[in-house]
Amino acid sequence: MTTPVLQVRDLKRDYVSSGGLFRPAKVVRAVKGVNFSLEKGRTLAVVGESGCGKSTLARMITLIDNPTSGDILIDGDKVDASHGVTKAMRQKVQIVFQNPYGSLNPRQKIGEVLAEPLLLNTDMPASERRDRAMAMLIKVGLGPEHFNRYPHMFSGGQRQRIAIARALMLNPSFLVLDEPVSALDLSVQAQILNLLKDLQDEFGLTYVFISHDLSVVRYIADEVMVMYFGDVVEHGTRDEVFSNPKHSYTQTLFAATPNSGVEHIKARLAKKAALAAAG
Amino acid sequence: MALLEIKNLTVAFDTSVGLFKAVDGIDVSVEAREVLAIVGESGSGKSVAMLAVMGLLPSTATVTADVMTFEGLDLLRMSPADKRKIIGKDIAMIFQEPVASLNPCFTIGFQIEEVLERHMGLKGRAARARTIELLRLVGITDGADRLGAFPHQMSGGQCQRVMIAMAIACNPKLLIADEPTTALDVTIQKQILDLLVSLQAEHGMGLIMITHDMGVVAETADRVIVQYKGHKMEEADVLSLFENPKSNYTRALLSALPENAVGDRLPTVADFKFTDETGAAL
Repeated sequence: MTTPVLQVRDLKRDYVSSGGLFRPAKVVRAVKGVNFSLEKGRTLAVVGESGCGKSTLARMITLIDNPTSGDILIDGDKVDASHGVTKAMRQKVQIVFQNPYGSLNPRQKIGEVLAEPLLLNTDMPASERRDRAMAMLIKVGLGPEHFNRYPHMFSGGQRQRIAIARALMLNPSFLVLDEPVSALDLSVQAQILNLLKDLQDEFGLTYVFISHDLSVVRYIADEVMVMYFGDVVEHGTRDEVFSNPKHSYTQTLFAATPNSGVEHIKARLAKKAALAAAG
Repeated sequence: MALLEIKNLTVAFDTSVGLFKAVDGIDVSVEAREVLAIVGESGSGKSVAMLAVMGLLPSTATVTADVMTFEGLDLLRMSPADKRKIIGKDIAMIFQEPVASLNPCFTIGFQIEEVLERHMGLKGRAARARTIELLRLVGITDGADRLGAFPHQMSGGQCQRVMIAMAIACNPKLLIADEPTTALDVTIQKQILDLLVSLQAEHGMGLIMITHDMGVVAETADRVIVQYKGHKMEEADVLSLFENPKSNYTRALLSALPENAVGDRLPTVADFKFTDETGAAL
């Protein structure tokens, strides 16, 4: 059996608010024990509403925040936060954030944005860094003419392409995508989702895809994990979760997702007409 | 007579590279008690058209229209003082970013009471009582305790409820909601949409929903206008739009919905060629 790219065992995270003289400190249990393992080339979607701990989970597996307890194994190696996380370990994990307007430095040209991970983590000569950055720019569907432009000259969808390109510069083992398309328009969203699928096919990438949009999750995920107030309430393959949601919260989520089916619209209009006639 | 009637609306911005037409010859009409959805991507001019009605555009914008009337009153030739009596009272608007649209320096109670005092002349206890009633209407049941809360002490969904309470404070005849749920989770989105639709039905308001989400359109609208690059691509009632879209652009938008994906790839809007209602290529 091959080693899973990412394994998480009983991961917990508490946030402690500072108490006052007469006020005891409050403990918020943001993530209450999460277990999963993810094979290479697969996509795990983490679904839940804001405040359910999905972004906290993302920050822990990208080694930004330390877990309160529990283990993270990347390519079978345990991350030992108490001795500091090694550079080699950090290179294996990359993240793409939700807001493409806030995650790029406005004073940095795109070429520099893409070459910076190589500058910090490798001793590659400048010319090679440039070549790699240029190649990646073209890979994510932008052109050589974009190399010397600044972030404000790009649209939201293009910026998200740049953020994805930057995350891929170091050939990470897996990529955490924290709501990568929720700030984008429908058609741009489709382009980015296609790009993510293409890149996954080409490089065998592994994704942890965080989202609250079930229609996007259904399109991109292999496995789905539903979180609710820090707990995992449901975890299974996409087809299991979508065809037979077991937990009541998952069912609530499905019911809340807008339905654009013609039958559904007919039913809604009929109900409205009945109400109007009665009122 | 239509509640709001706009004919041939054009909004142009004076930019350093010349005149940019954000909205180019759009007709909109809304009846009382009707939910109209305006759909389009960012840059389609859907918000700009409604901001023009509200008079909220910056001075670089030039607004021209053949007709722009609200209940038969001419909004174009009205004095600013007269317009201020209508805007915020009979026509109210809700914005996309609830947390950013509230003033962080004042309590929500103060901000709602300000609307009541300005337009209805309510003060003191009467204003407070009405504010609590409004908060109850939008689903904040402990309104009396929440009056002293600042926006940062509330969640995004609650801030949006406060915005809605402010907008319906004077029983408007027309409510314009500009992407009211884009910043919110699906479960909260459902609550807010249900709230807007039930308020609309109870108070007999006209409601304009500006959105880019076809799902939101399917859940709320009676009639839909699809806009692209400042042009109207299609206007239809909601059922025929989803059942039998006439314009290529609407078809493209619908096929870009992830739930409609056929096979492994999503078609994107760029795969289609468009023409506007008159057949001119865009």
